[in-house]
Amino acid sequence: MTAAPFSVSSSLRSSTPSAGSANHEHARVGSRSFSVYCHVPFCAVRCGYCDFTTYTNAELGPGASRATYADTAIQEIHQAQRVTGERSVSTVFFGGGTPTLLPVTDLARMLNAINSTWPLEPNAEVTTEANPDSVTQQDLHHLADAGFTRISLGMQSAVPHVLTTLDRTHNPARLPDVVSHAQRAGLQVSVDLIYGTPGESLEDWRTSVEAALNLGVDHISAYALTVEPHTPMGRRIARGLIAAPNEDDQAAKYELADDLFTQVGLTWYEISNWARGGISGPHACRHNLAYWRNQDWWGIGPGAHSHLDNERFWNVKHPRPYAEALRHGRLPMDGRETLTAEDRELEAVMLGIRLSCGLPIVELSAAAQRAIPTLIAQELIDPRAAIKDQRLILTRQGRLLADTVTRTLVG
Amino acid sequence: MPIPTPALSARIQPNSTAPELIRNFCIIAHIDHGKSTLADRMLGITGVVEARQARAQYLDRMDIERERGITIKSQAVRMPWAVTDDDGVMQPYALNMIDTPGHVDFSYEVSRSLAACEGAVLLVDAAQGIEAQTLANLYLAMANDLEIIPVLNKIDLPAAQPEKYAEELANLVGIDPSEVLQVSGKTGAGVPELLDRIVELVPPPEGDPNAPSRAMIFDSVYDVYRGVITYVRVKDGHISARERLVMMSTKKEHELLEIGVISPEPAPTKGIGVGEVGYLITGVKDVRQSKVGDTVTNAAKPATTALAGYSEPKPMVFSGLYPIDGSDYPALREALDKLKLSDASLNYEPETSVALGFGFRVGFLGLLHLEIIRERLEREFDLDIISTAPNVIYDVIQEDGTEVLVTNPAEFPAGKIKEVREPVVKATVLTPAEFVGTVMGICTDRRGALLGMDYLSEDRVEIRYTLPLAEIVFDFFDTLKSKTRGYASLDYEPAGQQTANLVKVDILLQGEKVDAFSAITHNDKAYDYGVTMVKRLRKLIPRQQFEVPIQAAIGSRIIARENVAAMRKDVLAKCYGGDISRKRKLLEKQKEGKKRMKMIGTVEVPKEAFIEALSTDADKKKKK
Repeated sequence: MTAAPFSVSSSLRSSTPSAGSANHEHARVGSRSFSVYCHVPFCAVRCGYCDFTTYTNAELGPGASRATYADTAIQEIHQAQRVTGERSVSTVFFGGGTPTLLPVTDLARMLNAINSTWPLEPNAEVTTEANPDSVTQQDLHHLADAGFTRISLGMQSAVPHVLTTLDRTHNPARLPDVVSHAQRAGLQVSVDLIYGTPGESLEDWRTSVEAALNLGVDHISAYALTVEPHTPMGRRIARGLIAAPNEDDQAAKYELADDLFTQVGLTWYEISNWARGGISGPHACRHNLAYWRNQDWWGIGPGAHSHLDNERFWNVKHPRPYAEALRHGRLPMDGRETLTAEDRELEAVMLGIRLSCGLPIVELSAAAQRAIPTLIAQELIDPRAAIKDQRLILTRQGRLLADTVTRTLVG
Repeated sequence: MPIPTPALSARIQPNSTAPELIRNFCIIAHIDHGKSTLADRMLGITGVVEARQARAQYLDRMDIERERGITIKSQAVRMPWAVTDDDGVMQPYALNMIDTPGHVDFSYEVSRSLAACEGAVLLVDAAQGIEAQTLANLYLAMANDLEIIPVLNKIDLPAAQPEKYAEELANLVGIDPSEVLQVSGKTGAGVPELLDRIVELVPPPEGDPNAPSRAMIFDSVYDVYRGVITYVRVKDGHISARERLVMMSTKKEHELLEIGVISPEPAPTKGIGVGEVGYLITGVKDVRQSKVGDTVTNAAKPATTALAGYSEPKPMVFSGLYPIDGSDYPALREALDKLKLSDASLNYEPETSVALGFGFRVGFLGLLHLEIIRERLEREFDLDIISTAPNVIYDVIQEDGTEVLVTNPAEFPAGKIKEVREPVVKATVLTPAEFVGTVMGICTDRRGALLGMDYLSEDRVEIRYTLPLAEIVFDFFDTLKSKTRGYASLDYEPAGQQTANLVKVDILLQGEKVDAFSAITHNDKAYDYGVTMVKRLRKLIPRQQFEVPIQAAIGSRIIARENVAAMRKDVLAKCYGGDISRKRKLLEKQKEGKKRMKMIGTVEVPKEAFIEALSTDADKKKKK
C-alpha cells in the first residue's frame, strides 16, 4: 500500500491534540502543504441561492469598498504571516463573490503580496474563479502574466430558464470564446455546473453537460443545488413559489453527468469534480484536494476559513468589521476551534472518502473496519479495492450516499 | 346569616352537634358552571374563610384542577349558618358541603359523595343550561332520594337566560319555575338565600347514636406529610379519637391517629357523631388501604353489616405509557407508584414494546382520567410521555373455547377466533334540537343503536344510544363537540358487553410488526384504519438505503400498502469556502439523531415518528 504525499494517513498521524494556538508562532507541521484562499466578497448581482459572504454594493465603508479591498486583504496577508511563520505555498485560490469584479491589477497585487510573504513553490497552482460575463480576453492574458495558472468559470447551466431561476445574468453563448481565450493565454480551464435547479428537466441538464463538454475543458465541477433557508431562493421555496430541489432528481442528474463525463475521459476524482487523468493527473484541482486531504491553509477575506494543524478558525463575515480589525493591526478572526482526536477522526473519514483514492482501511477504527462487509453488501464501497488494495473507495451509489457511509464508519 | 353569638356557636361544635342541626349537601354541576366559585363564596359568606385570605377556588387543591376548572377529588367543608325559625328563634346549623367530582369518569366517586348527603344543589349555568353529565348526576341524586335544590348560577352574565333555563330545571325536578333560585357565585347575589334554602329543605341526617359505629368513606386523599386522609360520614354510633378502627372490606385494623373536621383547614376534634362529616388519619400510606365506599367501624365493638354501595373501581380504558427518553423508565415507575398512593383506581403493569421500549400498560376509569394522569406525570414529575391509542378490554373466545382477556392489542390471539366481545355503554347526549341529525349521524357512524330520545324543552333534546365503549374512547367526544359547535354534551355508563365483528389490524414495516400501532377495530373500519396509518407513516419514516414497504394486515391478509422509496442521495455537494467545521457539525448532529432511532428489523425509525403517528388529531389541535 503506497501513500500519496498528501494521503489522509499523514494527517491522522499528526492528529494528536495540540494546545497550540493560531495566535502565536505556529508549530511546524512538516508533512502538510500550505495553501492560501483569497476571498473576494463582491458580486454584480446576488444570486438567489448563494449563501457565501458576498455583497453587491461597491461601497461598504472604510477599507471595505471594492476600490480599497485589495489593500485591506494585503494587510491580512501580512498579519497572517506572523502566525504561520515561514511557509511555502503550493496552491492559491481566489474565490468569491466574483474575483474578476476587481481590476486584474488588484488580483495581481494580492498574488504578489502572497508570494512575497509566503513564496510560491515553483509549480504552484494559482486559480481564480470568474464570471464569464465580467472577464475579457485582455484580462485573461493579464491574469496569466501575473502568475495565474488556472481559471474556474461559473457556467452553472447552458439553459436560459435555468440561469434565470439561478439569477445568473451571463450569456451562455459567450462561454466558448472565453474558454478558448483562456486556453490561448495558457490557463487551465475548469467550468462549474449546478444541477437540480427548480424547473430544470433531465433533458435541460443533459443540454448543459453536453455544452460544457463541447467547450473542450479538462476539468468540470458539478454541484447539486443546495438551498439554504435564509437565502432569497430558500424563502421563495418556503412560500411555495418554486419547488424545492428533489433529491431523486438530483441523484439521477448526478448519474447522467457521471456517465457523460466518463465517456469523454473526464474521471471523477472527488464527489463533485471530474478531470482528465483523474486524481493524480495534471488537471485535478490541487487546491480543492488540499481541503479534502486536511492540509494547512489560510483563508484571506471576510468569512474565510483557515486550518492550521489542529486549529480551525474563521474571519468575521462583514467586510466593514473585517477592514476595521485590520486597520487596528488585529486579525479579523471571528471564531476558532481546536480539534479533538474525535473531530479529527470524523473529518479524516468525511473528507477522505470523497476522493477517488479513498481511505486506507488500516487507518480506520476497529468499529469502522467491522462495518466494511455491510458497506460492501449495500454496494456503497468498491469490494475489489477493499479486499485487494485495502482501501475504502466509494462506488457511484456510495458517492451519492457519502454521508450515510461516514455515519456508518464513525458511528 | 353568619352565627352571631358564641352561645349559638357552641351548640354546633364538632362532636357535640345534634343531628337535627346538621345539613349535609353536595353541589351537582357541570365543568365551568361555577361550582367552585359558588363554594368559595359560601365559605366567605359563612365566615369560614376571611375574604382577604380566600384563595380563588379554595376547594380545588391541585393545580390541574384549578387550570381545567374541574374538581377531581372531593372534599368536605363544615360551615356554620344561622336561620331564624318559624317561632322567630335563631337556630345555629352546621352545614357540610361535600364537593363532588364533575366528570363521568369519576361517577363511582360521585355516587359515594351523594350517598354521604341528604340534599343536592343542582347548579346550572344560566347562560348554558343543563349538560348531559349534570343530568346523569341529577338522576343519580334522585335515585339516592336526595332533596334537590335547583339553582341557576351566573345570573350576572349578560348572556344569562334565567327564565328559559329555570323552566328546563323545573321540568326536570318537577317544581314550579319560580322556585328555582337565581344566584351569582361571582357577586354573591342570592347565596345567603341559597344557604337558608338548604337549611330549610335538606333533611337532617338520621342514625342510631347507640349502635356500633358505621361511617362511610366517601373520599380518600394522599397527603405527602400526613399519609392518607380519609373523609367519612358517620351513619351510626360515634367515632372517637385514639380508638382502633376496622375497614370492613379488607378487615384491616388501623390505629386512629387523628380525627377532625375541615373548616376550611383540618381541625382535630375528640370525635364525630351521627350525621357528622369529618376526616380520619390512620398513618396508612396508600389510598388502597382506605377505599372509597368502604365502611369504617370500631375494632372493639364492630358493626356486623357494612353500609351498602361499596364496589372496586374498574378500569375501562387502557393505554400504554412510555417515557420518550428510555432512561426515564425508572422515574416513570416511581411516579406511577406515587400517583397510585392517591388514586385507588390507577392500575398498571410493566409492558415492553418493540417500538417504544419499556413502559406500562395503564388502566383508567375513562379518557379524562387518562389525560389527567398523563398531565400529572408530565407536570408534577417532569416526564415526557408517549401514550398509545387508548383501547378497551376485549373478551376473545377462541375456537377451542379458551377465553382471553385482551387489554393490549398485542395480546389479541393469533389463531382462529370464535367470538369477540366488547364493552358497551349507555350514552346520553344532550343537544340543541338543531343538531339532532348531526348527533345521530355521529352515533350511527360509531355503531350506535338508538335507545330513545326526549325533548327536555322546545329546543333541547336528550338522545340515548347504546355505543361500543371503544368507539367513545377514540375521538367521539371531540367529534361531537366540534360538529355541534360545542353545544352537545355527553354522559355514559357501562352497559355490559356485546359480540362484534372485531379484528386486529397490524402495521408492518418491511414485514416486521410494529406493536405500538396494532389496533382492534370493527371489520368495517379495519381498512380505513390501515390506510390512514400506512399513509401517515409513509410521511414520517425517513428514507432508508433500501425500499421500505409499510403494510397494514389482518392476520396474514394485507389490506393496505405504501412504500418509502430507497434514499438515493445523502451527501453535501460542497464545503462552503473551506468551512469544514460546519460540515462536521452537521454530521455530528446527524449522528446524534441516529442514536434516537429505533430499529424495527433493519429499518431506522426516529422516535418522533412513533410519537407523531400515535398522537391523535385532537392532540395536534391542542398544540396549535
